[in-house]
Amino acid sequence: MSISALLSMGRCCCRCCCPRGLWMLSAPCCDDRRMCVCPGPRRIGIPVRTSSLPLFSDAMPAPTQLFFPLIRNCELSRIYGTACYCHHKHLCCSPPYIAQNRLRYTPHPAYATFCRPRENWWQYTQGRRYASTPQKFYLTPPQVNSILKANEYSFKVPEFDGKNVSSILGFDSNQLPANAPIEDRRSAATCLQTRGMLLGVFDGHAGCACSQAVSERLFYYIAVSLLPHETLLEIENAVESGRALLPILQWHKHPNDYFSKEASKLYFNSLRTYWQELIDLNTGESADIDVKEALINAFKRLDNDISLEAQVGDPNSFLNYLVLRVAFSGATACVAHVDGVDLHVANTGDSRAMLGVQEEDGSWSAVTLSNDHNAQNERELERLKLEHPKNEAKSVVKQDRLLGLLMPFRAFGDVKFKWSIDLQKRVIESGPDQLNDNEYTKFIPPNYHTPPYLTAEPEVTYHRLRPQDKFLVLATDGLWETMHRQDVVRIVGEYLTGMHQQQPIAVGGYKVTLGQMHGLLTERRAKMSSVFEDQNAATHLIRHAVGNNEFGAVDHERLSKMLSLPEELARMYRDDITIIVVQFNSHVVGAYQNQEQ
Amino acid sequence: MPVFCQLCWSAIVDADGRIYIRNWQGGILSGGFEKNPKPIFTEGKNQLEIQNLREDWDHFEPLLSSLLRRMPVLETLEILKLVNCPETFTPDMKCIMGESPVVQGYFVLAGMNSAGLSLGGGAGKFLAEWMVYGYPTENVWELDLQRFGALQSSRTFLRHRVMEVMPLMYDLKVPRWDFQTGRQLRTSPLYDRLDAQGARWMEKHGFERPKYFVPPNKDLLALEQSKTFYKPDWFDIVESEVKCCKEAVCVIDMSSFTKFEITSTGDQALESLQYLFSNDLDVPVGHIVHTGMLNECGGYENDCSIARLNKRSFFMISPTDQQVHCWAWLNKYMPKDSNLLLEDVTWKYTALNLIGPRAVDVLSELSYAPMTPDHFPTLFCKEMSVGYANGIRVMSMTHTGEPGFMLYIPIEYALHVYNEVMSVGQKYGIRNAGYYALRSLRIEKFFAFWGQDLNTLTTPLECGGESRVKLEKGIDFIGRDALLQQKQNGVYKRLAMFILDDHDTDLDLWPWWGEPIYRNGKYAGKTTSSAYSYTLERHVCLGYVHNFSEDNGEEQVVTADFINRGEYEIDIAGHRFQAKAKLYPVTSFFTHKRRKDDVELSDFHGK
Repeated sequence: MSISALLSMGRCCCRCCCPRGLWMLSAPCCDDRRMCVCPGPRRIGIPVRTSSLPLFSDAMPAPTQLFFPLIRNCELSRIYGTACYCHHKHLCCSPPYIAQNRLRYTPHPAYATFCRPRENWWQYTQGRRYASTPQKFYLTPPQVNSILKANEYSFKVPEFDGKNVSSILGFDSNQLPANAPIEDRRSAATCLQTRGMLLGVFDGHAGCACSQAVSERLFYYIAVSLLPHETLLEIENAVESGRALLPILQWHKHPNDYFSKEASKLYFNSLRTYWQELIDLNTGESADIDVKEALINAFKRLDNDISLEAQVGDPNSFLNYLVLRVAFSGATACVAHVDGVDLHVANTGDSRAMLGVQEEDGSWSAVTLSNDHNAQNERELERLKLEHPKNEAKSVVKQDRLLGLLMPFRAFGDVKFKWSIDLQKRVIESGPDQLNDNEYTKFIPPNYHTPPYLTAEPEVTYHRLRPQDKFLVLATDGLWETMHRQDVVRIVGEYLTGMHQQQPIAVGGYKVTLGQMHGLLTERRAKMSSVFEDQNAATHLIRHAVGNNEFGAVDHERLSKMLSLPEELARMYRDDITIIVVQFNSHVVGAYQNQEQ
Repeated sequence: MPVFCQLCWSAIVDADGRIYIRNWQGGILSGGFEKNPKPIFTEGKNQLEIQNLREDWDHFEPLLSSLLRRMPVLETLEILKLVNCPETFTPDMKCIMGESPVVQGYFVLAGMNSAGLSLGGGAGKFLAEWMVYGYPTENVWELDLQRFGALQSSRTFLRHRVMEVMPLMYDLKVPRWDFQTGRQLRTSPLYDRLDAQGARWMEKHGFERPKYFVPPNKDLLALEQSKTFYKPDWFDIVESEVKCCKEAVCVIDMSSFTKFEITSTGDQALESLQYLFSNDLDVPVGHIVHTGMLNECGGYENDCSIARLNKRSFFMISPTDQQVHCWAWLNKYMPKDSNLLLEDVTWKYTALNLIGPRAVDVLSELSYAPMTPDHFPTLFCKEMSVGYANGIRVMSMTHTGEPGFMLYIPIEYALHVYNEVMSVGQKYGIRNAGYYALRSLRIEKFFAFWGQDLNTLTTPLECGGESRVKLEKGIDFIGRDALLQQKQNGVYKRLAMFILDDHDTDLDLWPWWGEPIYRNGKYAGKTTSSAYSYTLERHVCLGYVHNFSEDNGEEQVVTADFINRGEYEIDIAGHRFQAKAKLYPVTSFFTHKRRKDDVELSDFHGK
């Protein structure tokens, strides 16, 4: 492998480590990547950000990226076992998961030299000296828990007279950042003017601006699309005459899930234009609203608005910059709408919705309710080839990426894959300086002949809930890359039911002594103890996703190491993980079923 | 295990391991009461699911571990079957029996708390008597269906409470233990104020009542460590509250008491009350009468105070847990007359008890009405203004025999009146007190309490309540015949007060209730309640003395002379303590009076 190949590979791994500041770009990112040389947790005293570092910066240039492939091959542990990785024995012994970045961006050759990493061998030796006294610094279980639980949120549908008449019992959600700041977002809300609940996970790339905007806005677009004509009229009249508005959504938010105040007015105006058009389009036939159609329209409309807002711009310079950042970054979305027994999943991109089904024998099976839109999906490959001229068949998907760059084949934002070259150039030129200085935005994808290459149109799956459908897991690819769907469903199922229902022990017919039974039960209880640490199914799943060893059990040592990775390194071992676990109310679902029979 | 089976026909109970073991058709049957019960049927599930409950070994695991720890040999035995079936539990771990308060003639026997097999015979007997004669031959108030109201039937309440009750089956049950779940359901409007001042709470009929107030600088033991049969950790706290009641003034929130109003257009209210109650209620307006509500046998169905508000309207105060029972009783016996109105006003009034010699000073400052004994003798009720608030019913009684007043305050004025009383009272050394202080005060004054000392099988004549009965009031009230007969024949038991002589409060086990009473070395009855009297510096127990014939154990007449001539001992956990029996309260005899030269400057400090 040539050096240059290694270079690009290395860059690829690290690219999205962290956009410093607001604008993701490789230059500041690479500067910061010197962190990668000292992968040990900072607590152990490796002088990572100290002022002494620049002293070595020009001596013996050796790109760090060289070593990333080596990590994969466990080479580093051999070479620098005592130096940098003595605290990560476990991570090195089992091949670490090296996160594949969603968006690959190979800069112009000239640019590559500019952003050449400044790390060097001296730092390694330096690092070795500091870390040569072998010490063990693990996070204590309470520390691990405080990291895992920092973003956890639970919502329980309120009971009336000890009964819950909703088909949803409640949901647990959580996220674990790998990027800093995290690029995943989540949303959950109850529709107040129609029945039903909306839940969604959003995976951003090239920054978090787009996923943030989608997480704030998409549910409003969906709710509006679902509203009957009269309600829309009522709302419009209320806005027009300055009367009190009907509330549309009841959000269920974690304190960390923020909404941007500044753009609120702008977002409202776009939304209002949308419902005004819906009112105008109404033909007078009060036909039932089709949820599937509503979801598709809402997705497409929001993406369209994002694109439009960026083209039009805003007189307020902060807002102007914001709408551009939203449009130039991207986000996938996986949204579930649950109303009674009707479950719709709208998916754009590679997040996934998985239904946990309990079979009659108590075992768990997974039913996938969404299709990933990426290179592993034959139908998506087919679609892309059909949408573009034959001569582009080879270039449209390269190295499993859209135009060789983007992993998801559908996404919000990402106007670089949607706008014509002219439009992109025009917007960037008239845009603020920050945009002009940004190499990534200026960079036009190769083989860019017949845009758009990307769409936000979701694929909508309908599922009619049955009593055996116990829960739904919505999660970003950060989870699905580390865990098999069957394991996910089994772990959540066993967590939610306690261990009792899924694998009951029955003596029936067998000759079992009390002693044997006792041994078996003690073993089972020990296995369950980890479950009781978590009050949140999503947290429990993250614990397994990050801390599972080769035997499928949570290994505290591994968990501790994974969670104490420095910000800059974390992205190489895992992606942002966001999970929502929705629990269904089997009694209510069963009652629906009986009613209709 | 044939040896086991031959030897053992009874059950082995290992309370620490929460299991029982017994013989079952030549094998062993073992079960228990786990710490983590799973409530069922609280979500409106179909009860037919009983048949569908599957064996749940993981739930059984702690019990299996205890079984194998107790009998390791069993390890080699083969399992026949694990039976998983639900049991019924009640909010207070006692079964439910008796007549429904709303449907006459509908009798219930349920909620056996997993003791149905052992209790079934007796429970069936009592219920049968109840249905045939109208009452059982033993006092079963503790099991009476009417001790519960609709408030205890909330699904969520039951779900939470039964999860606490079930593990208690094999736990040590200590006196004065309060349930921790299903609390803060009914509260006084002053709850937050009192809680902020250190109140510790007990619950009666869903109502939170302050036990005592922990001073800011004092720490009590943790809940688990506070379990004791000896001197409890609140001893000093209650002492200072009692002292304050004796020397200055205390305020106790007694809002939980059941309050009814009976009004009519004509004389119907008076007439029906005269028929229902033993004392003469045809008293001048403003008087308060202590009276029993008796059954046909002369036994107490309720013991209450009734104030005559005006010619045609009465205000009735009864114990907290009488809310359902008394309501049902009154409805059963009062004539159906649209001009006669019975109303439950419990929720309308907050009751503050101002106890102590300075209570009169506090009230005088807050009201223009003269409070001197001439104008306001004891057992009087006046509607007056307190602070800014009008229409406060002030009654010169305290339920303890101490001087003071009960204030019945419309709830919207409660906070105002409380604040006024506390701020004016500061210079008289006012402080909050709780029910434990009240209890100590009333027991040392020989005030018997319904539900503890009085029940449906005790008559006024048996407990020194002659003054609460007026046989010649010209009306044949319920129970009059029985009382007349008893008066003629004499009583077979007599409530007496026992003062423990050689009991060391710090070192000896305390009497709580139910301790055997020995007269001249022979068993003569059991105590019904007890408290430490801070004035007498002795323990005081109340209890009934019987006169069992030496020949056949039959009950004989008990006279005052019989009580006075005996030598008494109270048996506390196998140790007998000498006791003096009294038929009337002792006050001046032992009372500790502070001497003039004992007065310190610190006595002038505000509390």
